Amino acid sequence: MSNDHVSNLMKGHMESLAAEGKRADGRGINEFREVKIETGMINTAEGSAMVHLGKTKVLCGIKMLIGTPYGDSPKSGTMTTTTELAPLADQSFDPGPPRERSIELARVVDRGIRESRMIDFEALCIEEGERVWMVYIDLHILDNDGNLFDCCTLAAAAALSNAKIPNVQHGVADEDVDLPVTCWPISCTFGKLGDSVILDATSDEEGVMSARFTVAHDENGNLRAAQKGMNGAFTDAEIREAVKTARANDNVLREALKGIQ
Amino acid sequence: MAGQTDMELIKNGVRLDGRKPDEIREVKIVAGVLDNADGSCYLEWGNNKIYAGVFGPMECHPRHKQKADRAIVQARYTMAPFSVNDRKRPGLDRRSSEISYIVSQAFEKVVMVEEFPKASIRVDMQVVEAHAGTRCAAMTAASVALADAGIPMRDMIPACASGKVNDVVVVDLNKEEDNYGQADLPLAIIPSTGEVVLLQLDGHLTPDEFEEAMDLATSGCMDLYDKMRAALENRYGGKK
Repeated sequence: MSNDHVSNLMKGHMESLAAEGKRADGRGINEFREVKIETGMINTAEGSAMVHLGKTKVLCGIKMLIGTPYGDSPKSGTMTTTTELAPLADQSFDPGPPRERSIELARVVDRGIRESRMIDFEALCIEEGERVWMVYIDLHILDNDGNLFDCCTLAAAAALSNAKIPNVQHGVADEDVDLPVTCWPISCTFGKLGDSVILDATSDEEGVMSARFTVAHDENGNLRAAQKGMNGAFTDAEIREAVKTARANDNVLREALKGIQ
Repeated sequence: MAGQTDMELIKNGVRLDGRKPDEIREVKIVAGVLDNADGSCYLEWGNNKIYAGVFGPMECHPRHKQKADRAIVQARYTMAPFSVNDRKRPGLDRRSSEISYIVSQAFEKVVMVEEFPKASIRVDMQVVEAHAGTRCAAMTAASVALADAGIPMRDMIPACASGKVNDVVVVDLNKEEDNYGQADLPLAIIPSTGEVVLLQLDGHLTPDEFEEAMDLATSGCMDLYDKMRAALENRYGGKK
């Protein structure tokens, strides 16, 4: 039986639980699942991290290559984010080229990292207008139990934080140095379940929720990126409340990220 | 295969990584590492790191691939962009497609496909770090994942390569040996019957060397087979 059917049978139950401020797995509505971060397991990558958010598992690898900068920003390095919804992570992930779902995910994660200026792009310039470092953030989802947005952003941030610029391999300098990181974006994703708003939805909850809202904050509590998704809607008050809740609750992920530095 | 090289890959019967010609790299196998997949396996072989996940038997998509009298095995081998030194472009290339195809066919020999008409058994192999020998490692991991998923099979398929470096036949080529060696022969067998379900060869081998390479790869497969069984016994508790 596919997950859709299970979720639909559970819909009424989960909505009434959420209305009372409860969740099927015993959490409160604004509580993250347990988070665990490991880093540096992939030797062929410049930086790597595996993030477990409950049962969701994401492996992120950073690769850096030398390329030419864009004409409008000759002094800046570039970055590219891809997500692979590996078929082994979920029965509903089809093999083949990236679909809308995976492209949206990659772009939301990309925006959280890029717009927060987490990476100091100007420090990635080797020769103005000629040679810059191109940072590739490749995210592999190994197990999908919901909230890939936050898990992927966290994995990308963790992998970037232990990345080393491969100067030696590319003959740029005599020593590999840490990738310059200037700030720490954390994203929080909410779901609309019936008339309630929940944080960090599981796969089952995602199957019955009507709308999704992601917001990324930096460590100073300023907003850096946001995205509303799916075909339902939030009220104005719900959005404003969610942003406040994100600020108040993202410290769990922030502490986990600090723990690896 | 680069063929002849000045590089000294084997010296006094000892290889660059300290192994003897008939010794395989260290292998670690853990069954049941993923929650969503019906069966899964994580395998480290030397520095190779691989996840395998199995779903099924389930309805076969696309429908035109269904077989009226049996299930099909849809294996998919992919390498992560960060699994190699130069970033690999994501997605299926010709090499991955070929490996996926021959691995699917190899598994259709051991999986009891006749039990599940019109169904599909999906086997996904994700290489997250590659250092030569990934197709054998991926197949070995996939076998354990299939067993972990409880898919009826006649046997598991261990896979191991042998080859030739500096005119010496060796088992389980490492990265340097793969790049500069003279031959590479990946082999997968059904241990209970000794049948060969996958064999590829590129490079140059004399008839005698071929015999020796087959012997070495076969004994490598048998070594692995013990480790695969141990991984399953570890997860499910086996006879002591």
